[in-house]
Amino acid sequence: MEHVAPKPAAASAVRAFLHEQENKELLRFLTCGSVDDGKSTLIGRLLYDTKLIFEDQLATLEKDSKKHGTTGDDIDFALLVDGLEAEREQGITIDVAYRFFATPKRKFIVADTPGHEQYTRNMATGASTADLAIVLIDARQGVLRQTRRHSFIASLLGIRHIVLAVNKIDLVGFDRAVFDRIVGDYRAFAKDLGFETLTPIPISARYGDNVTQRSGRMDWYTGPALLEHLETVPLASADVKKPFRFPVQYVNRPNLDFRGFAGTVASGTIAQGDTVVVAKSGKPSRVKRIVAQGGDLRTASEGQAVTIVLEDEIEVSRGNMLVAPDARPHVADQFTANIVWFDEHALLPGRSYLLRTETDQMNATVTELKHRIDINTFAHEAAKSLELNEVGVCNISTQSPVAFDTYADNRVTGAFILIDRITNATAGAGMILHPLRRASNVHWQALDVDKKARAELKHQKPAVLWFTGLSGSGKSTIANLLEKKLHANGRHTYILDGDNVRHGLNRDLGFTEEDRVENIRRVAEVARLMVDAGLLVLVSFISPFRAERRMARELMGEGEFVEVFVDTPFEECARRDPKGLYARALRGEIKNFTGVDSPYEAPEHADVHLETTGRSPEELTEALETWLRERGYI
Amino acid sequence: MTAHMTHLQRLEAESIHIFREVAATFSKPVMLYSVGKDSSVMLHLAMKAFYPAKPPFPFLHVDTRWKFREMIEFRDQMAAKLGFDLLVHINPDGIEQNIGPFTHGSNVHTHIMKTVGLRQALDKYGFDAAFGGARRDEEKSRAKERIFSFRTAQHSWDPKNQRPEMWKIYNTRVAPGESIRVFPLSNWTELDIWQYILQENIPIVPLYFAKERPIVERDGMLILKDDDRMELRDGETVEDRLVRFRTLGCYPLTGAIDSDAASLEEIVQEMLIARTSERQGRAIDKDEAGSMEKKKREGYF
Repeated sequence: MEHVAPKPAAASAVRAFLHEQENKELLRFLTCGSVDDGKSTLIGRLLYDTKLIFEDQLATLEKDSKKHGTTGDDIDFALLVDGLEAEREQGITIDVAYRFFATPKRKFIVADTPGHEQYTRNMATGASTADLAIVLIDARQGVLRQTRRHSFIASLLGIRHIVLAVNKIDLVGFDRAVFDRIVGDYRAFAKDLGFETLTPIPISARYGDNVTQRSGRMDWYTGPALLEHLETVPLASADVKKPFRFPVQYVNRPNLDFRGFAGTVASGTIAQGDTVVVAKSGKPSRVKRIVAQGGDLRTASEGQAVTIVLEDEIEVSRGNMLVAPDARPHVADQFTANIVWFDEHALLPGRSYLLRTETDQMNATVTELKHRIDINTFAHEAAKSLELNEVGVCNISTQSPVAFDTYADNRVTGAFILIDRITNATAGAGMILHPLRRASNVHWQALDVDKKARAELKHQKPAVLWFTGLSGSGKSTIANLLEKKLHANGRHTYILDGDNVRHGLNRDLGFTEEDRVENIRRVAEVARLMVDAGLLVLVSFISPFRAERRMARELMGEGEFVEVFVDTPFEECARRDPKGLYARALRGEIKNFTGVDSPYEAPEHADVHLETTGRSPEELTEALETWLRERGYI
Repeated sequence: MTAHMTHLQRLEAESIHIFREVAATFSKPVMLYSVGKDSSVMLHLAMKAFYPAKPPFPFLHVDTRWKFREMIEFRDQMAAKLGFDLLVHINPDGIEQNIGPFTHGSNVHTHIMKTVGLRQALDKYGFDAAFGGARRDEEKSRAKERIFSFRTAQHSWDPKNQRPEMWKIYNTRVAPGESIRVFPLSNWTELDIWQYILQENIPIVPLYFAKERPIVERDGMLILKDDDRMELRDGETVEDRLVRFRTLGCYPLTGAIDSDAASLEEIVQEMLIARTSERQGRAIDKDEAGSMEKKKREGYF
């Protein structure tokens, strides 16, 4: 069926307008904050002032304002968004509403989220797809519990831009001191939430001050109006350099001649002819075609929904991922994650849930609830369960391995939900912090004489001192000196030295990445038993990978793992070369030598950082001993 | 943020993702095909999502016997041209009782022929997921609805207790008898729909374009006298008027607008200066406050 050709003038004007519309950026944001802070009113005001309310909708609004309104004879803008009967009757927001508006500069999708604590899950729903959050605060109330909760959840979900809208500023007489105090309070508690921008704006949603236009009633405020800020805040654009991730959503196989993997590119870019790897099996293949109706594509990037055909007949099904061969995701059946709980039935460690990522699904168990996070103080608290609306850090074990990235690295491949297996309710949402490389859960035999009893007999606090650093950095020298001192003072110690352990326990291991991981795992396990025996264990290992050091840390109790970074520059280690290894590695005679052709990932947050340049081993040992004494280890 | 994609490309990708998710996770999905412009866009997206295969689900039209004749012609043409599997259901009780909007009023007619008819069809075939073309910008209660919207075994929606919907991770689990209504166009606006129809040259029912049509003015609405079942009241006349429709449904319940927009470009231009919403032309939305939410709770789309 052919469409009628338009009149030429209309055609060109409309085409020009549409072209402009097409290339506008999109900002997704949410409004959050406590009950009655004016979230819905603000959105109603934005829609009204940007002329997005039609005449018939306005007539309905005027009628509704008389019936349900809370603003006397004025129009109650909240009724534009509070679309459910129960909401209008109770004058509250229960669930998130999505509204759309555009200005000449940008398009916007706004999620108006509820303020009541019991509807926190609906706020999280709105936040999970947003790039920016407007946190509303009633100028008369200041920062409240829900302000903190919502800011914290926004931060957890990866929102990096915050507008602090101090609303109802008219009701405090446009007082700058009130505004400054609230902004100060907010900045103080939000400083560790990782926000890139925090823009405070004093507004009156009801009267429109500083909403779409700067107000004439607050001379002291010289910043932008809210809409002005939303139109100009810089957006993170798709990072094309991020590694390619393609979660396979659907296998399209209409006949024997066609087998395509359909999905949405989670990150990065792929081109016809590129090599990809199947995340879970490690099997490589090449992209033969990127199929689309109307002609194959040459490349596909983040956000595009495409169908990929591979050169080889390899096993790939829904839930697996096609990924870049040189930057692969984690594949593990255990990991640690932040969890926000949504269900009336509390999260219980040991209970089985269905875990679902964007395309994968399997049974999973929370093996350990490491701690709950207090919403007000952000303090870590011991807990046996997570109740409705609580947030905690958990270790999770899945029935089969999952391919994933950390949530910090990738918001698409680092997220999951937990589903109640009986009610099918979406019970919680998770954001992966890091993988765990642990054996399956072997139950621990309870013994009568425990770690505490053994340690008390020795008058010391058992711990692992984990020395990490390049070969020749001085780890063994310092560990050796320290042990001599501790021993002289009657402490019970043991040194696990990299070279010595490789003569016995780890004799069967080489220097490939897998073997290095296993090497560290065994040493960490032995160290753990020794800590359990009440010893101060000095582990002197290059241990080049952060993930393995973290794994070792995970094995020990709180405060039982002390990471000591022996920091000597590569040039200096190579110059010292006490065993002649650098010379041989640089000649290519030794493969996988750390610092030469195998990477060393320096610690980011070592407990003790020993910079060796210009300091003697004795000085460094003394500094370490002082550190241990000050913290009650000895 | 995906800066390399245009606005319509982003919307298209999101919808395609939703179509594929349903095909991959439900055992018996169906697409509700109501023949309107939103259904035309959905059909187009479904064809894209599974290309080179056909959409792996049938298309269901719940007929009320009061749709515009041109809609039915168009529906049958499209099914023949694209070769999709078309199911048509008309509530047999409605036929038996001869239910119609003129004799029973819009409420009873819509409830029996659309809501109950839909429930019957879903039960008859045992569908566990049904695509609908609703958009969040259409109406206040739709703005509150999830993309994957859970329905009980009685087809009812509980707006106060919706499943959280995080990221693009959809909870598609249902017990036997329960189902999910899926809305791939949730985040599209009316302007996006027209813009996409223009860009992709998507066929739509000719009623959307202005033409001289036989019109009766009744209760402030411009009703197209589509057949003899519409009897004139005292003082009413049929006059040829240059009109078109912004939405399509049952002809006695759907008002036309005066317009000379005969091309897609002119429709878009007209839309940009419109002062009323598209649902204004629909009788059923205005019967009572919160009427859409009530209908949705009863199982209407």
